[in-house]
Amino acid sequence: MNLDTLIFIISAVVAVFGGTMMIAQRNPVLSVMYLILSLVAQAVLYVQLGALFLGAILIIVYSGAILVLFLFVIMLLNLRGTEDLGHGSQPISRFTKFVLSILFVFELIAVVKTGFIRSESPIGMMTTVAEDFGSVKAVATLLFTKYVYPFELAGILLLAAIVGAVVMTRDSQRGDSLRIGSAPDSQAPDIEQETGGEQ
Amino acid sequence: MTEYLAVLIFIFAGIGIVLFTFLLSRLLRPINPYHEKNINYECAENPIGTSWVKFNNRFYIFALIFVIFDVEVVFLFPWAVVFGQLGLYALVEMVIFIGILFFGIFYAWRKGALKWV
Amino acid sequence: MVEIIIAAGIKVIFVLAAVLTGCAYATYMERKVVGHLQHRIGPSYAGPYGLLQPIADAVKLMFKEDIVPDKVERATFALAPLVSFIPALLTFAVVPFGKDNTVFGYDVKMVLSDLNIGILFVFAITSLGVYGIVLAGWSSGSKYSLMGGIRSSAQMISYEVSYGLSIIGVLLIANTLSLRELVEQQASDSIWFFSNWFIFKQPLGCLLYVTCAIAETNRLPFDLPEAESELVAGYHTEYSSMRFAMFFIGEYANMIAVSAVGATLFCGGWQGPFVNEIPFIGIFWLALKVFVFMFVYIWLRGTLPRFRYDQLMNFGWKVLLPLALLNTMVTGLFVVMGWF
Repeated sequence: MNLDTLIFIISAVVAVFGGTMMIAQRNPVLSVMYLILSLVAQAVLYVQLGALFLGAILIIVYSGAILVLFLFVIMLLNLRGTEDLGHGSQPISRFTKFVLSILFVFELIAVVKTGFIRSESPIGMMTTVAEDFGSVKAVATLLFTKYVYPFELAGILLLAAIVGAVVMTRDSQRGDSLRIGSAPDSQAPDIEQETGGEQ
Repeated sequence: MTEYLAVLIFIFAGIGIVLFTFLLSRLLRPINPYHEKNINYECAENPIGTSWVKFNNRFYIFALIFVIFDVEVVFLFPWAVVFGQLGLYALVEMVIFIGILFFGIFYAWRKGALKWV
Repeated sequence: MVEIIIAAGIKVIFVLAAVLTGCAYATYMERKVVGHLQHRIGPSYAGPYGLLQPIADAVKLMFKEDIVPDKVERATFALAPLVSFIPALLTFAVVPFGKDNTVFGYDVKMVLSDLNIGILFVFAITSLGVYGIVLAGWSSGSKYSLMGGIRSSAQMISYEVSYGLSIIGVLLIANTLSLRELVEQQASDSIWFFSNWFIFKQPLGCLLYVTCAIAETNRLPFDLPEAESELVAGYHTEYSSMRFAMFFIGEYANMIAVSAVGATLFCGGWQGPFVNEIPFIGIFWLALKVFVFMFVYIWLRGTLPRFRYDQLMNFGWKVLLPLALLNTMVTGLFVVMGWF
């Protein structure tokens, strides 16, 4: 086993572990941390494939920006993982979920085994694509020549996001901002139960 | 690829050094906790209420706007790399792109979303 | 393969030792310089001129009891110092510190890892720096920590955009993301060895970079998260012993990191007189430039009062961001016109 394969296996295991722990966590902040772990491992996988820019974007935009937003929401709502999530589902429902997920795992294995990825294709490094595939320069050349319209449209999409953010967080009557997650007193027992119930 | 390997080694060495100092300090320091010592700091009084305080939702708006501008900055890095080849064409593209976003920040500004109270 | 790992390992040890020593003596330098700015003499008991003070501090912190209050969330509380220290350290992986040399018959690149997306890597690492503070503030179970943490994170993300934009100007001129190539483009053989430094083409960019870097590292006059007079110590109020020390070292490592990146981007990195004649002198030039950046940092700390929080946010979004965008566009225009 060469080093490349070793790094691939470790990163893949870490990515899956992070993803699983993220779902299994009660504490939302820890959940975000596991998601970051998973994203960093995925970035390593991208870098191994030679898609440097994609790896960098994954860290900068997802880990560095979007998850900060997640954390802000968690903090504004004061979610500490101690909220009452209600009773678990019925035994029959649990059984169905269990069976379905096992079937799904088998389906995944079947898809992987039967030709979607050829068994002789190398793990980790891509060898069949162009030399500078995925490099910043290659991506940029395509982005700013061939795909310039989608790029400008992305600008308009981002503009819509800004407008949406500003409009949504404003109260139309007072012209003042709403207070998300505010409660009558600092104890805030109501809001905790409310937000807990939504999960 | 070896360059990235060095980064990985560096990460593990860094984590190792932190854990080593923690371990060393654990062996050296006294451990003597008691209830009064373990109360959270609040100006030498018993803490009142929970540790949670109400936040202004502007923090959330700023985080949203930050996400959008972060995406913009990410687009600017590859743009700068090919700028020498594409020249004026790339400049016009980016002026349009930034112009659109600048309109957004101008809108947020006028609506008072950027005003901190 | 093994050879490569050993070579990388040696470089890692060298860089780690340099950074940790640098952090230790950055605290000494800060206390000494601020002392003299305020007509005091600073630390002077431990060793000649107080030079052993950082070691004394380290030993003291080692022996302090680690108090973990009952109300903290233990997992995240323990994780936070690590998360804030590692990103601060990682920046040094890509900063080149000298001309490539031959040592014992081996060709040695004087950089830990010569990534061709170097600057993107730095930016990515910077964007992860916010988590240590958020985690610490959230898990401490203290009002001061929480307020400090959330203020600090909002401040860091607000200045991160301008931080990224201030770099773009240099990249427009250089057309590369590799720090090594950036340094090479600033070389000059003439007697005016600094004539090709990007600071002369990007004066506004450099000013913006320094401002945003100070805000990113939560230093005065932008040290709102730790505003002692209102928030005690902000996010690290509840930390003690080595955990506190990790935050402290992380902060100084961050300062040195942004100084080193700033020196590399704007002041030629390891370039200087005699770099071609004397091997390893590049390290000295880089250290000197980092020292100058650090001195400016500390000087500003000793001179300026703290901003108010609304002033800070307004300054970031309404002054720095438009200025940085303008700087990018004007630089682009200059490059297209061929004036650079």
